[in-house]
Amino acid sequence: MENNTLISLRNITVAFDGEVVLDHLNLDIKDKEFVTLLGPSGCGKTTTLRIIGGFVEPSEGDVFFDGKKINDVPPYKRHVNTVFQRYALFPHLNVYENVEFGLKISRLPDAERKKRIKEMLAMVGLSGFELRRVNQLSGGQQQRVAIARALVNHPRLLLLDEPLGALDLKLRKEMQIELKRIQQQLGITFLYVTHDQEEALTMSDRVVVMKNGQIQQIGTPIDIYNEPVNAFVADFIGESNIVDGVMIRDYLVEFGGRQLPCLDGGFGTNARVDVVIRPEDWEICKPADGQFHGTVISSVFKGVHYELMVQAPGEEEEWMVHTIENHPVGSEIGLILTPDDIHIMHKMSPEEEAELLSALEADSILNDEDEDDEE
Amino acid sequence: MKARIAAAPYLLWAALFIVVPMGLVGYYALTDMNGGFTLDNFVQGMRFAPVIGSSVWLAIIATALCLAIAYPLAYLISRKSANTQRTLVLLVMLPMWMNFLLRTYAWMTLLENNGVINRLLGMIGLGPYEMINTQGAVVLGMVYNYLPFMILPLYSVMTKIEPSLIEAATDLGCSPGETLRQVVLPLSLPGIATGITMVFVPSVSTFVISVMLGGGSFMLIGDLIEMQFLGNAYNPNLGAALSLVLMVILLVCMALTDMFHNPEEKEGLLL
Repeated sequence: MENNTLISLRNITVAFDGEVVLDHLNLDIKDKEFVTLLGPSGCGKTTTLRIIGGFVEPSEGDVFFDGKKINDVPPYKRHVNTVFQRYALFPHLNVYENVEFGLKISRLPDAERKKRIKEMLAMVGLSGFELRRVNQLSGGQQQRVAIARALVNHPRLLLLDEPLGALDLKLRKEMQIELKRIQQQLGITFLYVTHDQEEALTMSDRVVVMKNGQIQQIGTPIDIYNEPVNAFVADFIGESNIVDGVMIRDYLVEFGGRQLPCLDGGFGTNARVDVVIRPEDWEICKPADGQFHGTVISSVFKGVHYELMVQAPGEEEEWMVHTIENHPVGSEIGLILTPDDIHIMHKMSPEEEAELLSALEADSILNDEDEDDEE
Repeated sequence: MKARIAAAPYLLWAALFIVVPMGLVGYYALTDMNGGFTLDNFVQGMRFAPVIGSSVWLAIIATALCLAIAYPLAYLISRKSANTQRTLVLLVMLPMWMNFLLRTYAWMTLLENNGVINRLLGMIGLGPYEMINTQGAVVLGMVYNYLPFMILPLYSVMTKIEPSLIEAATDLGCSPGETLRQVVLPLSLPGIATGITMVFVPSVSTFVISVMLGGGSFMLIGDLIEMQFLGNAYNPNLGAALSLVLMVILLVCMALTDMFHNPEEKEGLLL
């Protein structure tokens, strides 16, 4: 265990009614780090958060805080504060009283209390809102009160449970940047839960990708995006083309009817693998010059880019291509990959593949619900 | 416009059966046997001040007991799963489906000097205790009969307190006791106010319970009014005056409990 480790989860297992939610989970979080737990709904990320908060007791395993085991410490004695998913502001108190709540309980002297609350409200941009009732605030403002209410206690660790889920896109982006700024300014460890991969990549020092109560990958946003360890992570972190391939030998892979050089090795010879290609990594050229060529069968304007689906003649494979120049439906284009655009993954078993599909499906349903909420 | 037409039957009903009788009560209270104006009925009513006082006192005790019993129970019910909540609320209401008189008679046979409780106590060499025809028996009857009216409004407010609010309080350092004081109690005040009104009003005006369990030895204001209309002391004018006094007491009581409701919060609920 490193010296600056703040939280350690060791072999945490949780089962509700016999259903395993977390499966022998191990995770270390360093002091002052911004760590995000990312995964589809039902992957156990919120449960992990609640274990650290003290609201869920693990069936097995230990939780260490600052090197001390805290399994039996009740939530109100932990140096941890939480920003809840639906804010959970006290409706009978105004903005000031909500932020004051924790300080009042800890019996902080009046003068110090006032000073801290004032600072905190200024930090979240709510100076002058002290006497407002919380149900007269917009979603974004309520969110800020919730953050201020948690941070004013100067916790060692702040837990955030999908805190931006109910906000609209623009507000969400603003709050992402603001949260990151607050975290760096105060030097508090943040553990953030989300199912939004972009949010995770934007804010985190490290991202923990979870599925079915297990950690798939831990790494910096750049690692996770560029070097996903399996097709699940690749597909969950942004859209991807995932196709069957065969590793002919180290640094040479065959897929889509071509043999292409790549940067991966150590899979053996003639091993079946998954090949992942990010849609933005394709280079578009004349049909004759490309490693692949095909017909554009659909083109969707996405704002920053166009999303093309390209079908190669005589093959089932369709490639998703992101490009800033439009190519009309029916036109022929060529596609080129450089070796570092080709990511090779160990093949998933059929069961794992089915799980991936259902997890992604569940997540898209959840996203739809979120959008409904915003209206 | 349509709403007004739809409301017409009730308005007619209210006029016929609420406004007119109230007018009659007022008329009787302010007149003598011959129909002449007088305030004598209220002067006479003052003779019964001790009865009114003990009625209010017993009702206060019964209401306080109901609150003390119902509050923790309602909180426990509200923290259970939805299915369990339904079952428990059903159990709370179950006794109310049985006839009120029958329930009170049952208590008579239980509390009598040679009733079930005294006989059981006798078997282990205790008693017999004088239980029926005491103030305690009257209060017991009130608590037993009106407890559900306290539990239900409390439960309906508490079930709306999000579990996440309790967690938030705990997260911010509240021990279970502090959570209760800082969050649950303030958020359940409207339920407390409603519950107090719903128990206090019938308790203060009851007459059956005091007759059956108090043996008529503890006259309450309800008994007094009943006697003026149906009993030997036939005097509807005095009865009407006493009814008005009772109404004023209830209005004062409701105004007091209404102070629990924060006007701003009401506004918040409307929004």
